[in-house]
Amino acid sequence: MKWTTRLLVLAALAGGLVCFHIIRSNRPLRVNEATKEDTLLLGNATELSTLDIHVATGQPEHMVFAALFEGLVAPDVANPDKPAPGAAASWETADSINWTFHLRPDGKWSDGTPLTAHDFVWSYQRILTPALGAQYASMLFPIKNAEEFNKGTLKDFTQVGVKALDDHTLQLTLVGPMPYLLGMMKHYSWFPVPRHVIEKFGSPTDRASRWTKAGNLVGNGPFALKEWRFTHSLTVEKNPYYWDAGVVRIKKIVFVPIASDTTEERAFRDGQIHSTFTLPNPLVQEYAKNHKDVLTSEPILSVYFYRINTTREMLKDVRVRKALSLAIDRDGIINNILRAGQKPSQGLTPYPESLDYPQAPKVIRFDPAEAQRLMAEAGYPGGKGFPKFDILINTHEAHRVIAEAVQEMWRKNLGIHVGIFNQDWGVYLESQRQMNYSVCRAAWGGDYPDPLTFLSMWKTGDGNNETGWSNAQYDDLINQSNREADATKRLNLLGQAESILLDEMPIIPFYWYVHVYASRPELKGRVPSVLQHRAYKGWYLDHSVLNQPATVAPLPPDIA
Amino acid sequence: MTRFLISRFLQGIVVILAVFVITFVLQKLSPTSPFNGERNVPEEVRKTLESYYGYDKPWLVQMWLHIKAFATFNPPDCVKSPGRGVGEVISQAFPVSVALAVPALLIALAIGIPLGAIAALRPNTFDDHWATATATLGICIPSFVLGPLIAMIFGLYLRWFNVAGWHDSADWVLPSLTLGLIYSGYVARLTRGGLRETLAQDFIRTARAKGASEPVVVIRHALKLACLPLLNFLGPTAAGLLTGSMVTETVFQIPGLGQHFISSAINRDDTLAVGITLLFAVLILVFNMLVDIIQAALNPRIGLKS
Amino acid sequence: MTLAPLAPPKASIESPWRTARRRLFSNARSVTGLIFLALLFAFCIVGPAFSPYKQTDQNLNNKTAAPSASHWMGTDPLGRDVMTRTMYGGRVTLLVGFVATGVAVAIGVIYGMVSGLVGGRTDSAMMRVVDILYAFPFLNFVIILTAVLGTHPFLVGAEAWVMDKLSVIPALKGAATDLGFNASFLLLFAAIGAVEWLTMARVVRGQVLSLKNQEFVTAARSYGAGTSRILLRHLLPNVIGPVIVYASLTVPGVMLLEATLSFLGLGIQPPASSWGVLINDGAQRMDTAPWLLLFPGVFFSLTLLSLNFVGDGLRDALDPRSIR
Repeated sequence: MKWTTRLLVLAALAGGLVCFHIIRSNRPLRVNEATKEDTLLLGNATELSTLDIHVATGQPEHMVFAALFEGLVAPDVANPDKPAPGAAASWETADSINWTFHLRPDGKWSDGTPLTAHDFVWSYQRILTPALGAQYASMLFPIKNAEEFNKGTLKDFTQVGVKALDDHTLQLTLVGPMPYLLGMMKHYSWFPVPRHVIEKFGSPTDRASRWTKAGNLVGNGPFALKEWRFTHSLTVEKNPYYWDAGVVRIKKIVFVPIASDTTEERAFRDGQIHSTFTLPNPLVQEYAKNHKDVLTSEPILSVYFYRINTTREMLKDVRVRKALSLAIDRDGIINNILRAGQKPSQGLTPYPESLDYPQAPKVIRFDPAEAQRLMAEAGYPGGKGFPKFDILINTHEAHRVIAEAVQEMWRKNLGIHVGIFNQDWGVYLESQRQMNYSVCRAAWGGDYPDPLTFLSMWKTGDGNNETGWSNAQYDDLINQSNREADATKRLNLLGQAESILLDEMPIIPFYWYVHVYASRPELKGRVPSVLQHRAYKGWYLDHSVLNQPATVAPLPPDIA
Repeated sequence: MTRFLISRFLQGIVVILAVFVITFVLQKLSPTSPFNGERNVPEEVRKTLESYYGYDKPWLVQMWLHIKAFATFNPPDCVKSPGRGVGEVISQAFPVSVALAVPALLIALAIGIPLGAIAALRPNTFDDHWATATATLGICIPSFVLGPLIAMIFGLYLRWFNVAGWHDSADWVLPSLTLGLIYSGYVARLTRGGLRETLAQDFIRTARAKGASEPVVVIRHALKLACLPLLNFLGPTAAGLLTGSMVTETVFQIPGLGQHFISSAINRDDTLAVGITLLFAVLILVFNMLVDIIQAALNPRIGLKS
Repeated sequence: MTLAPLAPPKASIESPWRTARRRLFSNARSVTGLIFLALLFAFCIVGPAFSPYKQTDQNLNNKTAAPSASHWMGTDPLGRDVMTRTMYGGRVTLLVGFVATGVAVAIGVIYGMVSGLVGGRTDSAMMRVVDILYAFPFLNFVIILTAVLGTHPFLVGAEAWVMDKLSVIPALKGAATDLGFNASFLLLFAAIGAVEWLTMARVVRGQVLSLKNQEFVTAARSYGAGTSRILLRHLLPNVIGPVIVYASLTVPGVMLLEATLSFLGLGIQPPASSWGVLINDGAQRMDTAPWLLLFPGVFFSLTLLSLNFVGDGLRDALDPRSIR
């Protein structure tokens, strides 16, 4: 080849590359295109297992159900933790035992079929039917005879405390006074399912029924299912039959399942989604420094703790358990490792002020001297003679780093040597279930805004106890609280119970969670919620942001 | 040839059956349960679920039901995604994985073979050194490092392609590039080794002595024998690529089969795991058979036996 | 390259192994690789003795710090010295990489040679077994292994036995403790070795098939050499080239697989570490703390590069047809 030819080819290549670069790099941002059409793109963690609200159990499912369905009460737009009228326009109760709900006469399913009180009765019967195997059936146990029906000891559903007095009046009779019922009813296990659709696709108790497919599924929420491409995206569209459709401003929501938080964060920076589901821990500091406008951090009702197997010989001694807790520097872990604004646990129930629960004991502290004294008292001065045990964790970098820090704190403060044993999630769950561990990492998120959601599980023999701990006085206090109608007295009882729990330490609370995520400035109307409840009907996309060049551009890639 | 194919087909059925039985037994031996949840699942609910999915039946009965279902191409539902058939998941995800795998293989060959040939033809020269170093780099950068790097460079900095998702007709580029670059390292190393081996053989020397030009020697005579190790590597690799790469699919959020392959095993979505494993076994059989045929065609000494 | 000038004239009848060694050491590139590997082993084995830190020493006041005079490779999120952790991690990775690859190579070579040489139905059956194992649900298998860990009496016994044997030399026992040696380590070798030999077996078989009808094998047969003699004397030297190349490709796979298995609970347990685990962790912070990925990554890559250099040199040196 002559040098001129070479030069020409080279120039053509370079020119082509420049053209390619200009064309490709000026592609419109996906979020901007979406914003113009009032379409919201949301990162939604992992793919949903099902859209059947009676079969589902997970958090990502919850986020979609909030769009597709609505219970008698709905999250309030201004404060999603407070109950607001949903499918029921109003309700009344005199004693917190007998509740009457007045449904909207114009309430409809997303196919236009009227929504009646009978739908609710049928739905509650379905979730409580033993053959369905609904894992969240216990959420409805406050209803009189619901537990008996679900356990199969009662066959006649008419005995259960749910009655449709007429098409638009539903009466609930509870086992005891429950001032927090409304908060509980925002959980999706209380939502209605469409009888007329489910019966078309087979048996009501068939978990694998195809009624949940796009095209089949009918809901009563502000949005209706449009399309569900497995591990690709789930799209919902505004439901014209929704009773409050007038206030719904978003036309379409696309839920994108992005299992990896680092991928999700890149997708966010690339303008693929308006909001992430979470944010990788190492990047939180960078966002706090350079992109404060998109970083959001909200307290949520979740607590990180270690379970102690109280049936193991050396852990039977309450002094040892207390020493283990006193030797942990929670502030150190939060400020040095987590660094996202988590709060060190003072008790088990997170953020008691958000639950109007001032009775919550605030007893957890870091006191190595006291810890050493207790260990010596228990017969292990300076940790001598204390048998080696393992901290069981499920495989995750954050859990491992915390466990490594704890390992070091216990070695330094107590002189005991522990190992760390990581297991894959499934094996870890089974080990925990079989109590085949000494100390293991755990977390618990509240289902409803009441301390009981954190305290009832420690009753003797509760399936979620898994520590072998049992205390008659504790059980008694919890049972008393279930019969107490007065809210303050009830919380006093729960406070006493929690004090016993923290005095006996079958668990070591570490910290209260915050939900950290990134959200673009054009997404407005989203209100923090300790229960992570979402009132989508109050959300909207601010078009004016599109005209401000500064925020139209994608976030700079130089996050580091 | 026909006899060979028929015999291979019959052997294949035995292999598939064996793979099925092994997978099934391992699932049953597993300490985990598909019906565990983060929260305790009440005992009666667990019983209901077990009987719904037939886990309470004797093993042999369960096995027979599964064999019947898969053999009639009527696979059961996913255990962990109620209301979703195994066939449905595979038929949606498999084409996506294929769309990534084919370009990835082509990229791997297009980069790897020339790189390996350069190294082999000029052994122990600077060309060999840099080619070997480049190939080694491709091998030892794991996909969970290379993927994010590629996403950052071509996605976030240059903004040529989307960093994640499967919306755009160009969304295959970055994941395929990631896979292709990694496998190109293997291809280059195997090409170099094979060529070095062959170029020393008598018939090459004869060809050279007869005055054949170097490119003719390499392409006509050497390359087709040199690729035996490479071929044997490519068979299972192609099968593996077609069933998807978990890491790459996660990094680029691709709705392919790879993530199901891993997650169904870990989460005990037993039916889905069996379905994907069987698909993988079929692909392994097909590709290893192709390798055997090509091997025989390139090297008459090997021949096909049935 | 010419013969070394001092080589005596009778070099033409020197033993094949001596020839190989001479060729290997006269190849600048494989010598470079060998020297580097030696340095690396020294770094990982002797290095910790010179480090002022232990791999578990935490300092939360100096966490995720960039490389500095006191921490040459920076610190991790718990303030541990990355260089010390890289040394200890290297021990695990090198041990696993070489031992497991050795197991895989041994099984693969023998299996492939027998299959190729015997041929016929045996060959078909043996190759179908390989096909089955390709599709073997490895993850389920590993999960089952993790569940028997620490409970199965055989494993507990094996662990105790190994530690007992090691305690003869206290330094060795100390090293094993530093490695985080336990029963799951033993299983790790078995698990990796068991899956990584498949392609090796197919490569070797292909090679044997193409060789076994060549003149020199037929000639050996005609004067009555037995199968094992043909295998060892005539075929093994001829398949060793592809075996070495393929083995050098298996090593990185094995090393990274170790990390994956550690995450599933098989292999090392924290706070012990390996390059694979360090690289995995580093990858999660590569845009905020690149040194966490960079240093283990560079050591990993350089190890493999020198291994490949040595492997190429070995292949050339052992090639019976080589004119040099």
